Amino acid sequence: MPPDPVILEKLKEKFPTEIVSTNDSGEMPVAVIKKAEGHSILSFMKEEPALRFDFLIDLTAIDRQKLGGTPRFEVVYHLYSVTLKHRLRLKIQLPEEDLRLASAVDLWKSANWMERECAEMFGILFEGHPNPKKLLLFEGFEGYPLRKDYPIDRRQKIPVPEEKL
Amino acid sequence: MGTKDIFAGSVITTKVKEVVAWGRKNSLWPMPYATACCGIEFMGTVSSYFDISRFGAELVRFSPRQADLLIVLGTINYKQAPILKRIYDQMCEPKWVISAGACASSGGFYNNYSVVQGIDEIIPVDVYVPGCPPRPEAILNGILKIQEKIVKEAKGKPDAA
Repeated sequence: MPPDPVILEKLKEKFPTEIVSTNDSGEMPVAVIKKAEGHSILSFMKEEPALRFDFLIDLTAIDRQKLGGTPRFEVVYHLYSVTLKHRLRLKIQLPEEDLRLASAVDLWKSANWMERECAEMFGILFEGHPNPKKLLLFEGFEGYPLRKDYPIDRRQKIPVPEEKL
Repeated sequence: MGTKDIFAGSVITTKVKEVVAWGRKNSLWPMPYATACCGIEFMGTVSSYFDISRFGAELVRFSPRQADLLIVLGTINYKQAPILKRIYDQMCEPKWVISAGACASSGGFYNNYSVVQGIDEIIPVDVYVPGCPPRPEAILNGILKIQEKIVKEAKGKPDAA
């Protein structure tokens, strides 16, 4: 099914200055947006009756260091509307100097673990997250392993058992 | 007639240490620490076709306090490392460890940020079994090597295995 043009039109109408670029990946419309209004755009996506993105399918990040991109990071949201059956990929640009981004857990509960993983793997700080602990890595892990500058042969200090036997 | 002829066939002479070792090697109680496909091979090893009980090691325990042979089968990552260490510490002496398969022995092809590059970074290992995963014959061979080691330890040659 070709992507519904209404989605990007609605977005452009509401936030004309916040959009960096839009395109159609063939599977779903894609919008790259600025960081400042990121959370309001996500909120709009969920609340707007013509869009009704009630399901956050996936949340991850891209380190564009070796793609030569600026800003360095992009946080990618895959949204789906269960009621209207359409999809959208939203990318929020994030410069290396300021990795803070508003958490989306207040909009979609599924963001909880995905943001925790994204935070430990890329070092992105999701502000307002209810439980900002590591998800997959152990406490004390140094560095962010999915960043492009994390050496593949870097090893961590092996954690020791916490309590006595 | 010498004493040898009198007791022939009814008495053997040995040392207590070696008798104990003979008992130990033929009644190993393994504890499998299975995290990956090697664990499936171990299930085959224990079951009737390959039948680990031919070597007296069929009493698989899932409490480390009741086991004397720890068989680590699978990928051990950093988050699991303290758990494995703790399980090893809970086992009573004497105890032995088999590292079965490429992942447990060297990290295997998981050359990345999350996987321990061989469990010998955490606990001492007696026998390494190669394979990805090792076939049941290889795991049985590992148990035979442990048995050899137990005998040689009793004879005072711990490094001979």
